[in-house]
Amino acid sequence: MSADGIYPDDLKYTKEHEWLEARSGRATVGVTHYAQAELGDIVYVELPQVGAAVVAGEAFGTVESVKAVSELFAPASGTVAEVNGALTDKPDVVNRDPYGDGWMIRITMADPKEVDGLMTAAQYRKYIEDEAN
Amino acid sequence: MPGVHRYLPLSEAERAAMLKAAGFSRPEDLFASIPEKLRLQGALDVPGPLAEQDLLADLQGRAAENRVPDPRAQFLGGGAYRHYQPSIVDHLLQRTEFYSSYTPYQPEISQGTLQAVFEFQTLICQLTGLDLSNASMYEGASSVAEAILMADRLTPKKKTLLSDRLHPEYARTVRTYLAHIGIEVQTFGHRADGTADPQQAAQALASGASSVVVQHPNFFGCVEEVETLAAVTKQAGAQLIVAMNEPISLGLLKAPGAQGADIVVGEAQGLGVPLSFGGPYLGFLAARAAFMRHMPGRLVGEAKDVDGRRGYVLTLSTREQHIRREKATSNICTNEGLCALTASIYMATLGKTGMMDLARHNHAKAAYARTRLEAAPGLQFPDPAPFFNEFVVRLKGSAADAVRRLAEKGILAGLPLARYFPDRDRDLLVCVTEMNPKAEIDRLADEIGRL
Repeated sequence: MSADGIYPDDLKYTKEHEWLEARSGRATVGVTHYAQAELGDIVYVELPQVGAAVVAGEAFGTVESVKAVSELFAPASGTVAEVNGALTDKPDVVNRDPYGDGWMIRITMADPKEVDGLMTAAQYRKYIEDEAN
Repeated sequence: MPGVHRYLPLSEAERAAMLKAAGFSRPEDLFASIPEKLRLQGALDVPGPLAEQDLLADLQGRAAENRVPDPRAQFLGGGAYRHYQPSIVDHLLQRTEFYSSYTPYQPEISQGTLQAVFEFQTLICQLTGLDLSNASMYEGASSVAEAILMADRLTPKKKTLLSDRLHPEYARTVRTYLAHIGIEVQTFGHRADGTADPQQAAQALASGASSVVVQHPNFFGCVEEVETLAAVTKQAGAQLIVAMNEPISLGLLKAPGAQGADIVVGEAQGLGVPLSFGGPYLGFLAARAAFMRHMPGRLVGEAKDVDGRRGYVLTLSTREQHIRREKATSNICTNEGLCALTASIYMATLGKTGMMDLARHNHAKAAYARTRLEAAPGLQFPDPAPFFNEFVVRLKGSAADAVRRLAEKGILAGLPLARYFPDRDRDLLVCVTEMNPKAEIDRLADEIGRL
């Protein structure tokens, strides 16, 4: 697997392969194209409840594929404002549309500046290329 | 290589190299974390080697001390139950295709084993009235602890409430399990009739808890009011865990799942697994569908292969320890394969009506024993609640003394409760099953009456 996937320029990325889209203090979070491809067929996504606190760098849920169960790490700290409930019945949406309908949670950010520490699309692309080598 | 033992090929040089790599100088250093006084000093005190023929003679002499079958009249229960094992159970069990203690590590190649486990799960679901069962657990006490951990994964409140009528050994195991996990253990009391008190449970629940654990029938034999306990637990947003250690009672009692229990868990030795010193025993764990991804242990599922034929697979094993390491749902990565198979064959042999008949038989005999003992002067019965096949009788004097005296007459009269409750010196837990002929029960009542 290389960086051939799609990595939109308007998103921020983490080393744990989550993406974040920040908009007026609120961040939408999901997993990257690379992550879903590495995981394979996703069969279950376990997400927190609305109102739960999340901390940057700490696990907020799990994603289960036919191969493995992996933790989902929060790219930013704050409170869970919205959860993508549609993933309960159709977890494979994460494979098909990781940046759109496959979004996972929306966070009301405690500190919007936190996202400055995340990678840009170009940095993330280089990061996974280096990882692959 | 010189100096190498024929069967133990590890040489001194290799041993030294490994110690050096691990940063130790002597093998004893590996045990440094064990206090000096607990460590064996010098050689183990065992006799020297024997010739094969002498060794066999020695072991046969020891084996001859066992009494099989034990001719004594037995009224021991309290978590381990003596039931008749139909011959077919052992006969099928010992077929070499089945004769394994584990789910195999290349599981899908062993379709017969997986099918047997799947049938075990199905039968446990039918018996408990719940949606899901795992492939079995090690034994009752640790299964209850695992059920508490599972409930806390679904509703994380970091606290569990134990009925004070739970088997004291189960309660101890639970405390050991939870001591370093950060889940608080609190107990709640019982009513005058001997059953867990729903009001006390409700009061304790007011400060928040993830689960309520109630044994049914409880350690003292009383049948619990599961529906009421389920209602107060549900109202507080917690999970009701019904712990059972006499599964035969389910032939007569309502399925706890149908009464509102969220998890039914415990010991299934009673389902055809014979009594033996120290086990093996058979834990089981069944739960509502909401717990599917939180269940400990293995789970066998029915699937279809590429040609559409029925096949069995291990499902959800991505959550197990060998894949998920320290983040696994539990440290259980196998099951009590052979005992689960025993239980499956046993349940299938008896069938639905057979299980019901057996349960009625047990209860009728226990009720007869109670009636006979109630007629004897000077005895008391602390728990008026309905019972299944065991109950507490309060003797005139020490229960432990009574057990010793009756043992001399070939009767194992029951379990003296002072072993767990020092202030209950006169209390004896008496269990009666289909294995006790009427004449034995009469003898027990007569001898206890004469004390």
